[in-house]
Amino acid sequence: MSLLRVNGVGHDFGATRALHDVSLQLAAGSIHALIGENGAGKSTLVKTLSGALRPDTGTLTLHDEPFAPAEPSQARDAGVATVYQELSLAPHLTVAQSLFLGREPTRFGWLDTTTIQTEATTALSRLQRTDIPLDARILNLSIADRQIVEIARALHGQASVLVLDEPTSSLTGEDASRLFDVLRRMRDEGLAILYISHFLEAIVDLTDQYTVLRDGEVTGGGATAETNATELATMMVGRPLLQRTKRTSTVRDTPDPAAPQDDILLHVDHLHGSPLPIDATIELHRGEILGIGGLVGSGRSELVRAIFGLDPVTSGTVRIPDVSGPTTPTACLDAGLGLLSEDRATEGLALNLSVADNTVMSRWPTRRRGWLDLLGRDRAAERWIDELGIRTPSPESTVGSLSGGNQQKVALARLLHHDVDVLLLDEPTRGIDIASKETIYACIEGLADQGKAILVTSSHLPELLSLCDRIAIMDRGQLGPFRPAADRDEHEMILEATLGDRSPAP
Amino acid sequence: MKLPSRNVLAPLLGLLGVYALFALLGPDSFSSARNLETMARQTTIVGIAAIGMTLVIISGGIDLSAGSIIALSTVVVAATMNAGASPLVSAIAGMGAGAAAGLLNGLIITRLRVVPFIVTLGTLLIVRGLAKGIADEQKIDAPLSWLIDLLAALSPSMRWMIVPPGVWLLLLLAVGVAAMLRSTPVGRHIVATGSSEATARLCGIRVERLKTGVYVASGAAAGVAGVMQFSRLTVGDPTVAVGLELDVIAAVVIGGGSLSGGEGSILGTLVGALIMTVIRSGCSQMGLPNWVQEIVTGGIIVAAVALDRWRHR
Repeated sequence: MSLLRVNGVGHDFGATRALHDVSLQLAAGSIHALIGENGAGKSTLVKTLSGALRPDTGTLTLHDEPFAPAEPSQARDAGVATVYQELSLAPHLTVAQSLFLGREPTRFGWLDTTTIQTEATTALSRLQRTDIPLDARILNLSIADRQIVEIARALHGQASVLVLDEPTSSLTGEDASRLFDVLRRMRDEGLAILYISHFLEAIVDLTDQYTVLRDGEVTGGGATAETNATELATMMVGRPLLQRTKRTSTVRDTPDPAAPQDDILLHVDHLHGSPLPIDATIELHRGEILGIGGLVGSGRSELVRAIFGLDPVTSGTVRIPDVSGPTTPTACLDAGLGLLSEDRATEGLALNLSVADNTVMSRWPTRRRGWLDLLGRDRAAERWIDELGIRTPSPESTVGSLSGGNQQKVALARLLHHDVDVLLLDEPTRGIDIASKETIYACIEGLADQGKAILVTSSHLPELLSLCDRIAIMDRGQLGPFRPAADRDEHEMILEATLGDRSPAP
Repeated sequence: MKLPSRNVLAPLLGLLGVYALFALLGPDSFSSARNLETMARQTTIVGIAAIGMTLVIISGGIDLSAGSIIALSTVVVAATMNAGASPLVSAIAGMGAGAAAGLLNGLIITRLRVVPFIVTLGTLLIVRGLAKGIADEQKIDAPLSWLIDLLAALSPSMRWMIVPPGVWLLLLLAVGVAAMLRSTPVGRHIVATGSSEATARLCGIRVERLKTGVYVASGAAAGVAGVMQFSRLTVGDPTVAVGLELDVIAAVVIGGGSLSGGEGSILGTLVGALIMTVIRSGCSQMGLPNWVQEIVTGGIIVAAVALDRWRHR
């Protein structure tokens, strides 16, 4: 019997179609997987279930009654509990306080500490995790334990449906399997669980039913027992893969062992961060474009940030021709290594400053005695506005007023103006329009042809396939081997990213 | 009741430390009963205002208008008494004026979504100007009443009270607000809001209303501190307590409050206020010049916060 039904739900964000005619049914006493690539519409669907978003079309029913929560508290009161991807606990409260935040039991207006203690113990013992101390502050708990507190809070009360958005993305193997035990127990108690994840092995292992979303539409579904990880991956990727012509430059696909060692512009040797990356080794040659793919949270950004000296390194070395050992951003830039941040709004750009100021920020043109050369700044800015086709009213316009694609070009222009030899580009095309993407692809390829070395990360695998010479996949902090793009396909890379399954390099 | 947490323990040890230091180095008069009473009286004004400020800082905000509200309150108390109101009504009017100023802060912060630092920097000037306008830029004399005994040294016949009524009021307020903070839903909601506003909202807490309430409470506390200030001055003075908000904030911060919210305690704040009084009193009894006191107090503020950061690593 279906507890919660989603009937033909659709939702648009402006011109973007996030969900289209999505239907699924959650049965009591079963775990239902919702899978799909980044941006397939999973989070939008979760938001409609949790009351954070009203769908444009379609209906929801709960216990065969119409269910249209206007806000999260209504969904919760109706028995639909959601645990979000980003944990939503206040770090300074204790475990017991967190469990009852917003609905504290009182006696005569005072907190009823006796009830809180006993009910908190009950809530944790239901998950068989009474080892978590009730008076510990959330900030002193591990991520895994916070997750348990969050689930305990969600289940407390009359929840009949539990929605978990990417619960294991930050958990290690042992913690994840403990979580699975908890979920199976909840299922056996008769709960309907919607489990959203990228990790196909876990899906196959844990769930009873599944639904696949792609580009906002349901592309598959059924009993998990009747499918396998490979089939699921195919449904996620679906239709003939996007074919951009593969890069055909003069660069070899495999580095020539006989090439002189001074050809290596960046050498990363067994780099460990805290906690990610785990043992990453990279050799980036002159004129080469390397790609690193992987899921959100797999540690791609942490890797490039560690290389650039922004995140702490616990062991391993980074060698750029002139610098070696632990790096700092200043030393990297001096040595000709630049980073394009994945987060252009808060880190990559100073949004309140002008296009010109942002372009020259890392290397201001100066005159004698250290005075800034404002004319030189404007000349530099105009050059890159012209070359990259940055659509801005003038070099004086604030970067924040530009579109995302043009902002990203300004961020890239800073690296070009700095004239670095090695470019670390973290998600260079995230959230930008197709025309800007093409400009940035062309620019990257042009740089490689000039003999610069480029490392690109992306969660969009077709992009890496068409742009890079060699590609490695990162999975939960571990960087796989770099293999020629010509020998790779999207299907195989998705499996590597979601299963951690690495067939030996050919 | 549990023992004070580690966050309060450090300032408490600090207080004992500076007290012991001056008791050893300073003249005998420093540790006399009379000087203890004087220090308690000197702590009252900052202490009462700091109780309100603690709530604001725990909720993740700041209230720079506290000093101006104290001045406004003294003026309102004096003006209403001259208009024929009884002392009790005047005192309530002083507190009410503070609460009204707090409401103004809260509404601007939550409705117009301007950051508290800027809003209260503005009302710091607005409220000060208002006080000067009401008082016609002069001190307002007021008829003698029991209000001026609130913070005066006790007469021999009143010795049984041990400390003056104003100090008792401070203690009463402190116990009440600490209990509220610790043992009522509203108290937990204030901590949750300062710790993670998004989470508090997700849990169904009406964050805007809560924050407005916190600023009203802070304004009212500053209003009561203004009544105490009036008691000390015996006149309404629109130019009093300039910059006092910084002492108030310092007391909260020395006592373990975090300007990013989520942390702080009433006991810690009182200890923080006492630490500053002890340093002032000790330095002046030892005949050290004013500038030494200022350097020592400043050093303590920075050291307290640095120590806190270090412990949290």
